Amino acid sequence: MERTFVARNPSVLWFLLGLAGFTVLITILSEATGSGVISTSFVKTLGKTLMLCLVAIAMDVVWGYCGILSLGHFAFFGIGGYAVGMWLMYARTKEIVVDNLANAVIPATEAEINNAIGIQIFGVVGSSEFPAIWVFSDSLFLQLLAVVLVPGLLALVFGWLAFRSRVTGVYLSILTQAMTLALALYLFQNDSGLRGNNGLSGLQNIPGLGHLSQAQISIGFFWASALALGGGYPLFAWVLDGKMGSVIKAIRDDEARVRFLGYHVESYKLFVFTLTAMVAGIAGALYYPQAGIINPAEIAPIASIYLAVWVAIGGRGRLYGAVLGAVFVSLASSWFTGGGAPDINLGFYVIRWTDWWLVLLGLSFVAVTLFFPGGIGSLFDKLARRTS
Amino acid sequence: MSSLLEMSGVSVSFDGFKAINNLSFQIAEPEMRAVIGPNGAGKTTFMDIVTGKTRPDTGQVLFGEMNLSLVGMSESQISRAGIGRKFQKPTVFEAQSVRDNLAMALRNPRGPFDVLIFRGSRKDANRIDEIADQVGLVDQLSRTSGELSHGQKQWLEIGMLLAQDPRLLLVDEPAAGMTPAEREKTTDILIQAATTRSVVVVEHDMEFVRRLNCKVTVLNEGSVLAEGTLDHVTKTPEVIDVYLGR
Repeated sequence: MERTFVARNPSVLWFLLGLAGFTVLITILSEATGSGVISTSFVKTLGKTLMLCLVAIAMDVVWGYCGILSLGHFAFFGIGGYAVGMWLMYARTKEIVVDNLANAVIPATEAEINNAIGIQIFGVVGSSEFPAIWVFSDSLFLQLLAVVLVPGLLALVFGWLAFRSRVTGVYLSILTQAMTLALALYLFQNDSGLRGNNGLSGLQNIPGLGHLSQAQISIGFFWASALALGGGYPLFAWVLDGKMGSVIKAIRDDEARVRFLGYHVESYKLFVFTLTAMVAGIAGALYYPQAGIINPAEIAPIASIYLAVWVAIGGRGRLYGAVLGAVFVSLASSWFTGGGAPDINLGFYVIRWTDWWLVLLGLSFVAVTLFFPGGIGSLFDKLARRTS
Repeated sequence: MSSLLEMSGVSVSFDGFKAINNLSFQIAEPEMRAVIGPNGAGKTTFMDIVTGKTRPDTGQVLFGEMNLSLVGMSESQISRAGIGRKFQKPTVFEAQSVRDNLAMALRNPRGPFDVLIFRGSRKDANRIDEIADQVGLVDQLSRTSGELSHGQKQWLEIGMLLAQDPRLLLVDEPAAGMTPAEREKTTDILIQAATTRSVVVVEHDMEFVRRLNCKVTVLNEGSVLAEGTLDHVTKTPEVIDVYLGR
């Protein structure tokens, strides 16, 4: 009577097969390990897209399944990027500094090395002192821990305050926007300790891996991204399977009723909010080394709104919908804004997609919400129903 | 027979309007009780207070042998203490199957981590079948509950209440919008439930109340106007004045 997990969630198997096939294909076509049909920069774009898919899945769980329209999940994504970026930048700069000082007549002391690293990293904001938050930056392990713990902790505290006061709906959305805006504004300041609007850069150079080419590193990150997405998808499918999924969806549909069933709704929301924030942190930590740079503009409020748009267009309440939305919108975005789409000459006015892409995106968001609430993902549902 | 729920001197007002005014109410275990009253008499507010949705300004609400004070407890705590509530409008989770709806209501640990690792046992499956049988939804277990008829949704919600296994059941207008045959069945389910637990039925429909054949409490302007058998209260002059006479 009891069917297996895979039988209940057929999309997991298809997704993993597709992802594995895609990874093999890209590896074969890449410059590092194969024919070099696709460029290293495109491998990076694809790897980044996988991480956008992962954060979109997290967004789908929190919004599409649990009904919390968080417009701040990109903040967690950015924090993950910053956390790993601090180690990358510190360790990389240290490598360079130690190399430079190696030829000195008198061996450099620990303090001199540290000072030189400080000047290298913080010179742009007129400082050479290591701010307190860099205290763990020489430890990859601790910074990786921060990738999940800092977003998790922030989500836990923020969520606890918001859910406990029963802030819901549009008010919660506004609150999450305020959170990500506040964080971005804080990071923009030069004395925030994270290099202000310069952000962290040179993240594509992995310390200790100087002997590898960018082509090799990019394919490594692509694999890591595929692995993270291939772990995240079944993880969320498992969380949403069975009774937990029932309760989460029930909270979305009628949270007061769930309370009267005896469930402490706030704990569930907090669980979902925090878990998805941690996964968003992981996604960010793999995204930014492929992007090479992170700055506070990345976590501006608009980024989190994009995230919601991807999920809406892809189809809420389906994990593969979030993936489809993220892939479709981000690839369409680079096509339209990268000059791929031909301009349309109306005679009296020329529509340049670089300017009009956002308008098109906005209109499609409205159209999907009004006329096509299932999004792209619902096409798959129809297909699955027909074949079964 | 000691009382399961005891409210005394409870008052609550919204923006100066006294929705509940020095209300006292007791119910034994097991017992069936009908609560009637004109619109605005405070029936729904009464339920809101018992279930923790509304906090009374004054008075106390005690539950069980230990005289647990319900004032200040959250809705979910009160529910776990053993009070179930059925809303007037059927509120089942329409996107989910009848079985999932019942499984969620079943009396099991309710913490997020308990639920996360929870996988239904044979005992639970049997209990779901049993309840489905009781409310006549055995053939509908796999259906999405949004597809059910209005009456079936009402029964599903009653089934969910039974699955919670509460000591006290609060039922708001269970027969609203039902066909006569469905009403009859609903009456049977409720009477059956009241053999082992306390059931409070808030109802407008006198015919339905008559069929429940139980003690009746008449509310008006937030306090008890009369209490007794239906025949007794319908002969009380005050009741005739405010309610039946109109």
